[in-house]
Amino acid sequence: MNAPTALTEADFEPSPSTHRAEQLSRPSLSYWQDAWRRLKNNTRAIISLYLIMALAFFTIIGPLLWTQDPAAQDLDQISQAPALPKTARLVADYVPWQVPISAEHPAEPDDYPDRLDPVTDFRTSGIATTQSVRLTWSPVNEAGGYSIYRSETRPDGLMGLGLPLETVSGGNILGFEDRLNLKSQSYFYSIVPTDGFDEFDVVTTIQVNPEQSITQSQAILQGLATPEDLPGQAITLAFHPFGTDYLGRDILARLMQGAQVSLFIGVVAPLIYVLFGVFYGGFAGYLGGKVDQLMMRFADFVVALPFLLFMILFKIAFGIGPGESGVMPMLVALILLLWPGTARLVRGQVLKIREQGYIEAARLLGGNSSYLILRHIIPNTMGVILVTLTFAVPSAIFTEAFLSFIGMGVAPPTPSWGSMCNEGVKTMLSHPHELFFPALFISITVLAFNLLGDGLTEALDSKMRSRDL
Amino acid sequence: MLRYTLGRLLSGILTVWFIATATFLAMHAVPGDPLMNEKATTPEIRQNLAKKYGLDRPIPEQYIIFLGNMLQGDFGLSFTQQNRKVNDIIRDHFPVSAALGILAITFAAAGGILWGALTALYRNRLPDIIIMFLVILGISVPSFVFAALGQMLLVNINQWFGTSVLPVAGWGSLAHMLMPSLVLGLGTMALLTRLMRSSMLEVVNEDYIKTAKAKGLSSQRIFFKHQLRNAILPVVTVLGPQIAAITTGGFVVELVFAIPGLGRYFVQAVQQLDYTVIMGTTVFYGAFLVLMVIIVDIIYGFIDPRVRLK
Amino acid sequence: MIQASHWYGLNMPQRLLLLLCMLFAWSEGMAQSVDAASGTVKIAIAQEPPQLNSMKATDQVSIFVLGHVMEGLTRYDRRGNLAPGVAERWELGDTTAKFWLRKDAKWSNGDPVTAHDFVFAWRSVVDPNTASEYAFILYPVKNAEAINQGNMPVTALGIEAIDDHTLTVTLERPTGYFIKLTAFVTTFPVQEKFYQARTEQYAADAKDMLYNGAFTLDSWVHSASMEMRKNPLYWDAEAIKLNAIDADYITADTRARLNLFIDDKIAYTQLDGETYKDALNNQFRIKKFVTGSVYFLEYNYRDNRITRNKNLRAAIQAAFDPEEFVNKVLQTPGNLPGRSLFPTWIQGVEKTFREEYPPPEVKPDLTRARALLTSAKQELGLEEIPPLILLVSDSPTATKQAEYMQGMLKTRLGLDLKIDVQTFKQRLAKMTSGEFDIVGAGWGPDFDDIMTFGDLFASWNLNNRGRYVNPEYDRLVRVAMNSSDPKTRMDAMSGLQSILIEDAVMLPMYEQGVIYLQHPKLKGMRRTVIGSDPDFTYARIAP
Repeated sequence: MNAPTALTEADFEPSPSTHRAEQLSRPSLSYWQDAWRRLKNNTRAIISLYLIMALAFFTIIGPLLWTQDPAAQDLDQISQAPALPKTARLVADYVPWQVPISAEHPAEPDDYPDRLDPVTDFRTSGIATTQSVRLTWSPVNEAGGYSIYRSETRPDGLMGLGLPLETVSGGNILGFEDRLNLKSQSYFYSIVPTDGFDEFDVVTTIQVNPEQSITQSQAILQGLATPEDLPGQAITLAFHPFGTDYLGRDILARLMQGAQVSLFIGVVAPLIYVLFGVFYGGFAGYLGGKVDQLMMRFADFVVALPFLLFMILFKIAFGIGPGESGVMPMLVALILLLWPGTARLVRGQVLKIREQGYIEAARLLGGNSSYLILRHIIPNTMGVILVTLTFAVPSAIFTEAFLSFIGMGVAPPTPSWGSMCNEGVKTMLSHPHELFFPALFISITVLAFNLLGDGLTEALDSKMRSRDL
Repeated sequence: MLRYTLGRLLSGILTVWFIATATFLAMHAVPGDPLMNEKATTPEIRQNLAKKYGLDRPIPEQYIIFLGNMLQGDFGLSFTQQNRKVNDIIRDHFPVSAALGILAITFAAAGGILWGALTALYRNRLPDIIIMFLVILGISVPSFVFAALGQMLLVNINQWFGTSVLPVAGWGSLAHMLMPSLVLGLGTMALLTRLMRSSMLEVVNEDYIKTAKAKGLSSQRIFFKHQLRNAILPVVTVLGPQIAAITTGGFVVELVFAIPGLGRYFVQAVQQLDYTVIMGTTVFYGAFLVLMVIIVDIIYGFIDPRVRLK
Repeated sequence: MIQASHWYGLNMPQRLLLLLCMLFAWSEGMAQSVDAASGTVKIAIAQEPPQLNSMKATDQVSIFVLGHVMEGLTRYDRRGNLAPGVAERWELGDTTAKFWLRKDAKWSNGDPVTAHDFVFAWRSVVDPNTASEYAFILYPVKNAEAINQGNMPVTALGIEAIDDHTLTVTLERPTGYFIKLTAFVTTFPVQEKFYQARTEQYAADAKDMLYNGAFTLDSWVHSASMEMRKNPLYWDAEAIKLNAIDADYITADTRARLNLFIDDKIAYTQLDGETYKDALNNQFRIKKFVTGSVYFLEYNYRDNRITRNKNLRAAIQAAFDPEEFVNKVLQTPGNLPGRSLFPTWIQGVEKTFREEYPPPEVKPDLTRARALLTSAKQELGLEEIPPLILLVSDSPTATKQAEYMQGMLKTRLGLDLKIDVQTFKQRLAKMTSGEFDIVGAGWGPDFDDIMTFGDLFASWNLNNRGRYVNPEYDRLVRVAMNSSDPKTRMDAMSGLQSILIEDAVMLPMYEQGVIYLQHPKLKGMRRTVIGSDPDFTYARIAP
């Protein structure tokens, strides 16, 4: 070989670049940086983030601001619709009432009468309060008893007399006391004379508006009054902005406390099991063949197990005692039992995607399996993953409620949104607020995750980049 | 293909066997005496009942007996529905649930695909937003609400006519099935709507759609021939297990609409610890599920030739 | 089908919709809940009867159906009084009873109902191999208990068929209420020949039963419908006005049943606290009825349970206000505040037991309750009472009531309750093994005598879940059991009523009342505390 021409250092200097096209005009962004950047520009994603922050605030800060005890029962305001604070008259503690009995009128008629006159002089005795309404009347000749009804609307003839409160047997009994869940609203009391067996078709109706009241001992127990306060005084009752439930418990306070359980179960469980399902399904679909078969058969196995039976087992395995919170075993059970749905869905998508050109290309370029799955396959199934995630949230919330109902979840009186909903369903026509508020909060949570999901899908999907920019 | 299907069936049978075994063990591990009732009975009576149902034998022996009977397709007598064979329970009530479920799935699939495609086409515009809100509403209240509201709607319709136009509850004709199946399918419809939307959006930017556009295909043709067909895979995936779940588990709907389906037996069996019914229904459900999954896997290949399972 | 006149009353869109609906071939549903012309009444039942074998039936639905399709030696008439059934007349001695059976009583296959059918049924009931949960109903019969425990052959049972139409029964001890037992489902006859031909399959289906009651079960579609038809062979068929009772709907959902009632598809439905307001809005006439069941809390008296402490129990008793509970928590009219283990309807010597022997009065008194609690803590040597476990079933009402107790005891006494909600079988397991401090319980009468409640806390009673043992209580139960003198019996029962309340053995919560709707044209439907409720046997439809 000839001796080479001597090269100097200068010969290795790159010649000055003349191609400006090769220069990166923008900062280099990784996939996730890019996604984050686009997420920030997505209005809906931003709204959802605000919503999630608001929910977190409601759950964590809320109980510090609204300090009513979520378990306290305000029996003077049962199933109260949302309203401004109410004032009530302080009344002495209840003393049983001696029902007036006529001395001269016979208890039973001598004979079964053909007709009876309507009851006269039907009126209230004393002040009608929400503690008690005392009714008296004059005896009806030949009557063997009286039936008293109560309605919230004016009865039309003989139908719609309302609730059958009592049938007193004895024509000489001339009074009745109603204490059945009285509210400060109009009631129509009707009285029908009987011959001791059958009611006669003559009705006397009066309208009564019981005054909102609270007994002294109740007011003192609730800290609304002191022993010095005298009956007759006006007292402001506990304020329930969202109303109360069937035991007079404050719905706002219960929603705040319930959020802790519902959001924990509703967010954590789906996040974990969807994530697990994604990887499980991703690998099964990518690897295919025998491994796929084995993995998916295991998924089928898990789906077919009777959910309730295994829940009971989990609770026992965790050693949860009676009346203690079973949130942790429930979380574990949800994660262990509910992942296969996502896994199957992701696997289905992966089966399709792995045959696509860009996967083949990436593989030829030497990408290993984990890289391909994480970098190329899963991001491309993000759409369906996020959909399953957003559906998993309410389903976890309601599963929690069902399990709590049969004693597998949180112990009473701890509320959760799901169980408040289930309770509210029963009275959804008469007290719609008991269903509305918990359902509203579940809806907001689901909405937040849906919007976030949509935002993320758009941010993560490389094919949509062109649209947004 | 045949070999593949046979292989799948074989592995399916194994899966069902595992399901049966796990359930059998779990069932016996759960505390509670299946023979105990609200009114306390003497030990003698309990013993006789145990003998009748073979519960006086050791558990491994019970398991062997159970397996033997299962292979002959016999699940024994129910504990709570005394004198009724579990086989008869499934035979009598599954067709009801299946009829209801098929109609529900039809509603759900038709609605889901339609709404999903619609929302994808009108992405971020009014129809999309309205449907999203409906979906959210639909999955944020307990299914019981829709069952109750649906039934009240029927009552109101009948009152409007002044005669019974549609049955409020009960079983017997197609008219009885309309509202219950609609209610039953709502959840699945909501899921399919969102799935369809997201998968349509993924497809919409694919090169082949651009190609189709470029070569001048009409938008309807692109929609049906390319977009829909390519986007439907996740819907099919979900449908398999959903069919199995819906056709066996419409407990709430069955309760509200007084429908003699299998759902109530599923729920009651576990609560009553009715061993034979638990085993019968679980094995039946497991087998059904496995079958649906196999069918879905086979359908994959037809819908999307790119999917290769072997 | 749609009547022509109705058709013309509709406007065009209504007609079109109606036509559309007719495409679905739904016509039988057009029938109304009551039909005077055909004598049909339509109802809904809460659940599928687990079985219709009269010897083993225990649940309400089975007893309801059996009460209409079968008949015992005696029955209840339209006024609710005991009346002749298969037996034309009877004589009750001190320890014997003799029944003369009517010759025209027939099975639905035409065979006469004979004394042998009773002998077979009663022997089967107490046979331990039958494993009937209600075998104890027949314990007043000689040797029944010993046979049921496997110590004697079934042939030793004190029942004998003198001939086809004469039946004698030997009793274990004087039992004044024995005749009333013969109206109960468990004592109904069963034809041996028919039973042996079916064995396991007996009463599993409509065709697998024989009927001797006012109705026969015409069809039984599991979980869907049960249709009863008037039995032409029934000896008193003339008195039966209804031709058909069709239970076309089986659902436990009260709102669904209310909707069916509004739609005029069923003629009777029970309401609850959640649905009654909807019924009110529809302007229905609501009726009420006391079911005869009492609900109470039982305490655990097993060793080392703090609920053994009388003052602790008395403190809970003094803090609890049954009136508040009934008015604010149950919220429906008809329920009575719990004052005793014995419900108000139980008969005493001449009037009702409660009128003759009022239970000791317990006034809710917070000051007294707190004082009692303080002494309980001293006696137990505890600073604080540890949380008490209240075991309840997973029913909405039970949980709600438990939550009330929890809140009430917390605010009034500072006592902590832990509510242990359990599904059916798990709750029973815990009740039997004693894993609770307090357990919610309800008791409905099995037969029409005070003893159906009285022996509940006897030390030998298996339903005494808290294992309460008090020799004096046991003695009083024995006194009442071995006497046929009403006064002696009621005195003894009054004694144990005092023990129950004064020692706060249990906490009576309420006596159950229900409200229900009934079609205004449906007359003579009898609500009853014992047996088949509601009883449609003598019901009729006003035109």
